[in-house]
Amino acid sequence: MQVELRNPNVIMKLSRLGSFHQSKLSFLRSFLKEFKDWEYKRDLFDLDEFGYGVAVYSFKKNNRVYSLICFANELSENERSDRVIATKWDAAFTLHDGVPTKKDIERLKNEVPKQEVGRLSYKELTLSRANKSVRIFDHVVESLSSGIQPDINLLSKVGYLYRTTAVYGSGKFGLADRFRIKNREEIYGPFRLEMMLVYFVRQFTFDQVNHVAKNKNPKKAVNLDPEICRNLGIGNSTGLGMAPFIVNHPTLLNNWIYAREVALKKIREIKNVKTENSDLFKNCLKKSIKNITSWNTESEYQKKKIKSLLRDLNIFINFLEKNFDFSKEFAFNEIYLWLEKNSEEECIEYVVSMMMEPYDDIVNPLINTMSSEEEKYFNIPTDRTVFELRTILENKYSKILKIDFSKKENNQNFWFISKNKEEPRLADRFMESGSELEQPLAIARDIKKLYDALSVFKNSSTIDKFLVKNSDLRHVVRRAFVIEKFPYSEIQDNTIGQSIIPIDMLRLKLSFFGALKFDPRSDKWLRICMFQGAPLPEQLKNYDDHWVYNSLN
Amino acid sequence: MKSLSEIETVSKRSSKAAGFSWGIAEEVGKNIRILELFGLGGIKNLNYYFRVRNKRNFEKLHLVSNENKTAKLEFCPIIAGLNFLDQVRSLEILNEIIFEKIAYPLLFLPFVSRASEVIGKKIQLKIDNRVFLLNYNNSIYSNSLNEGIVEVGNNVLIKFQENKDSFEENEWRELYKLSENTFVEESDSLKQDGAGAGLTDND
Repeated sequence: MQVELRNPNVIMKLSRLGSFHQSKLSFLRSFLKEFKDWEYKRDLFDLDEFGYGVAVYSFKKNNRVYSLICFANELSENERSDRVIATKWDAAFTLHDGVPTKKDIERLKNEVPKQEVGRLSYKELTLSRANKSVRIFDHVVESLSSGIQPDINLLSKVGYLYRTTAVYGSGKFGLADRFRIKNREEIYGPFRLEMMLVYFVRQFTFDQVNHVAKNKNPKKAVNLDPEICRNLGIGNSTGLGMAPFIVNHPTLLNNWIYAREVALKKIREIKNVKTENSDLFKNCLKKSIKNITSWNTESEYQKKKIKSLLRDLNIFINFLEKNFDFSKEFAFNEIYLWLEKNSEEECIEYVVSMMMEPYDDIVNPLINTMSSEEEKYFNIPTDRTVFELRTILENKYSKILKIDFSKKENNQNFWFISKNKEEPRLADRFMESGSELEQPLAIARDIKKLYDALSVFKNSSTIDKFLVKNSDLRHVVRRAFVIEKFPYSEIQDNTIGQSIIPIDMLRLKLSFFGALKFDPRSDKWLRICMFQGAPLPEQLKNYDDHWVYNSLN
Repeated sequence: MKSLSEIETVSKRSSKAAGFSWGIAEEVGKNIRILELFGLGGIKNLNYYFRVRNKRNFEKLHLVSNENKTAKLEFCPIIAGLNFLDQVRSLEILNEIIFEKIAYPLLFLPFVSRASEVIGKKIQLKIDNRVFLLNYNNSIYSNSLNEGIVEVGNNVLIKFQENKDSFEENEWRELYKLSENTFVEESDSLKQDGAGAGLTDND
């Protein structure tokens, strides 16, 4: 049986993308898989009694070494802020390519804590900073220094000791350009070095908390139980900075979604599902419920989604146990069709992620297809005709072409770059000034404009002639030829409409990162947790690939 | 040192701020990255061009032909370059293309370099006495590097290079013969079994 790939007009709607969950394809999981047999080392740990100083961690294999350099600094209460406008943090980090020399560390000591206003070199690959969850960190120090383990319930409510507020890579602030490293096989998957940085930072937080507790009470202090460590991750606060990324990298976006869609299609096409695989699927599904019941948020929007997810999942599990026979042919296809009929988007996508768990043979080859050589698709095929371009628009943007942009609500917002932080922002076009400096992120509106312009141009004209008269539409002409080849490269929604929920865009990206427990703090930023339940570096060689569902929380 | 990613982003944004559309600004960002990657003064020339552009007008060349002359104003290197790139598939039948007076011609160069990749042919670009051989946008060979700012190219000549060997047939044969010394002379039994198949393709 041949199953069709799911329709991009459905899957690429923001509400659907904003319902995606982590899966085996997620970058933090594929990072662990790739680096599990690398040699892990803590090369330097030079902190004072309060936990301030420098530490270096590394992964090594053959002649390749990646080193995380951590700088922990004193920060007064009134300086601590998760907002991107902060200028100081509890700790700052950079991932260095190779073994850093003393000179490198000295150089970086002056630059890394400054983050966006510091300068890195081609020897550094990623950059980040993080703040303590003070309440949790202090509680853990107090407990450990008194010789007892901290309150697990309190820890599980937060899920981490530190929160990062940005992770930068790919040439930002002088970091190495991607072209310098893109041919390294170990980093074929996207964001692998960003994931490495976060993973090392997680370990640093455990080492630091143990160190501070030990110094506080050398005689009595105990180390944080490794099992508690394993159940802690790294938090992350994410704002709108991430949203334009998925619009600005259409082929990359396509490759992420396409990998997921191909995996689903292949799983639905399995004629006879082996018992061991259906058992693993059911087992992961049941265990994963813990991740939902421990999902804390104040956001009414998210609470509603969690409630619907939990309700749908319980109905689904009931259906699986009472009314479903896995020995029938194309069982996963039947499950998928049942979900489409009986569940909301959040649950459908949750189960889609879960279906991948038993199938390394399907998922693993797809992981290496998730990067993109974007340059290859930059040139516009200007010898194509107006007729061909118009046909592409009609086929690929059929829903978008129906949006009426003369209505105020469809044109309500604009995206801009803030002058003080050079970060993307969203504002009301009719309330705020600055819309004349709008970023080219209103793709739906501009595609509609392109369609209108094409309809008064001669069908047989070539695109080079069209562009002479319509250079203001060049950016969307390029995109239209990209979507012709990459069906999942475009969000099929209006990114400037009144009803846009920008965190849907963040959620999409973060789900591919492998984040759990999305906690929206407004419609424009959210908190998440990464690597919660993941093996510690010493446990990597023999870790359970389904660790995501084995956390204590 | 600035990364190429920073160079591309800043060039793109500044081009938009200078009055170009986002689509054209994206092209300029990509081009300045190419120039800087190949060691040519992209940022320097773009900066000066935008500075001058505030005070002076430039001619916009929309349809490129075999001879492109401007009566008074110099050609804008970005519009001329962009249209050359967009129209190159129909222009490659011309052996040579001449432009008179292109302002800041180094900004024109990356469009030609990218055009070389599009049509799969090397292109020779002469800007007065400076010669550049543009190899499918993979490399640039030139007699004129590190010149800083070039304000105008009075005579700019583009020559499409046919895809042909750069050597004589006898030179090839000589080298080929030498390479044969790595082969093993086959005995009858090797002829029979060495390839793993029969002596003919259809037995």
